[in-house]
Amino acid sequence: MVKIIFAVALSMSSALADESQLRLIDAPGRTLVATSCITCHSLDYIPMNSKILDRKGWDAEVNKMIKVMGAPIRSEDTAAIVNYLAKNYGR
Amino acid sequence: MPFPTIFLLAALAAAPEQAKPLIRRTYRPPNYESPVDAFKQVITPNNRFFERNHLSDIPKLNLKVWKLSVGGDAAEKPITFTAAQLKHDFKQVEITALAFCSGNRRALAQPRVSGVQWTYGAMGNARWKGVRLKDVLARAGIHKDAVEIVFDGADAPVNDKTPDFRKSIPLAKALDDDTLIAFEMNGKPLPQSQGFPARIVLPGWTATYWVKHLISIDVVSKPFEGFWMKTAYRIPKGKFPAVEGHWPGQETESSIPITEIAVSSLITNIHENQIFRRGQPSAIKGLAWDGGHGLAKVETSTDGGKTWQLATLGKDYGRYSWRQFTAAFTPEQPGAFTIMARATNTAGNTQSTEPIPNPGGYHHNVVQSLKVAAD
Repeated sequence: MVKIIFAVALSMSSALADESQLRLIDAPGRTLVATSCITCHSLDYIPMNSKILDRKGWDAEVNKMIKVMGAPIRSEDTAAIVNYLAKNYGR
Repeated sequence: MPFPTIFLLAALAAAPEQAKPLIRRTYRPPNYESPVDAFKQVITPNNRFFERNHLSDIPKLNLKVWKLSVGGDAAEKPITFTAAQLKHDFKQVEITALAFCSGNRRALAQPRVSGVQWTYGAMGNARWKGVRLKDVLARAGIHKDAVEIVFDGADAPVNDKTPDFRKSIPLAKALDDDTLIAFEMNGKPLPQSQGFPARIVLPGWTATYWVKHLISIDVVSKPFEGFWMKTAYRIPKGKFPAVEGHWPGQETESSIPITEIAVSSLITNIHENQIFRRGQPSAIKGLAWDGGHGLAKVETSTDGGKTWQLATLGKDYGRYSWRQFTAAFTPEQPGAFTIMARATNTAGNTQSTEPIPNPGGYHHNVVQSLKVAAD
């Protein structure tokens, strides 16, 4: 419920027009990553941490988001998300 | 902190559209830092003050209906205050203090660490006005079993499973005369970005404890166990002896919460690769600070640290405010040289020469080394 309302608010709000222009690197997994992350935070968190984390680091980050922050990510999607982040934003 | 989603909608609709005179790190939650040119004055202007948020649902509170509840298992008589009551029933005090983000300069950490990649500007100095936390706590009555005070703000996660941002401080720090519930910043009501209508001001400690949009204060008999205390904002034990302090209830074998601000300085008028005119008098200007012991001296060097000269310190606005410094110099030779500045506090602590690795990228107070030249 919260997510649906948030999505509506997101599309209605001109204040977030700039945020909606953020684009992740176009590669397999991009849409999955974007939709998994964008409910709770803007996508600039990802490029901001580019070249800092290796695959192990991104794996830990994604797991923290799921286990600690409660990100609604299906377990079967985790590997694809980590793969995209490690390949495109990894150290 | 379950808040009706209507608040989220209202907050989004009300978000200002104009460009901020700040450097954006992230849109949502909003995280912005000051450019160094915001630090030319001792007091950082409200609209150029860094903004840190952990959670994305940030309501715009209405002062007329806002209430602060003071309770907890170690409060003798829980009580609720309106803004008018707080302002009229308690002595108003004002203090100039540095708000310093724990993660300031994280982008400079070696090895690099993930998180908001702050450079130099996740800090700012302001005049904070409000009431003493200890006066307000006294009205609720502190039971003898009390050990910590827990703060909660109205900001909330978008996802109910995300840990709410709540912070605790030891009772002794809460009872310090300088610990405030602030309503004003530099003579104006707190801006929304700084926690309207009320925030905690905890001079000398990093700004993670300066909880914004304050709505509740709990007096508790056991150390608070929330994620933002037990897992986040921690430093390895023994690596930062100058600012480690003691907080037995929150210590583990290997780590301790970050608390006191480390002594440091920032050169504000010179940039890397700047070209100076040979023979022309110039100056190194900047700011220096610590966690409230007070500064003993600031030294500058124009030869990469081989020799140091004492800088002149500006007006003292109190031990929790940063101080300006200035040191005249005239480049005598053509060619490259390196400008540095280093602060030492009255406890005898000075800045690091190398980054001290730690998982959060905290306490980066390495002496700056600016490579410049004279023509």
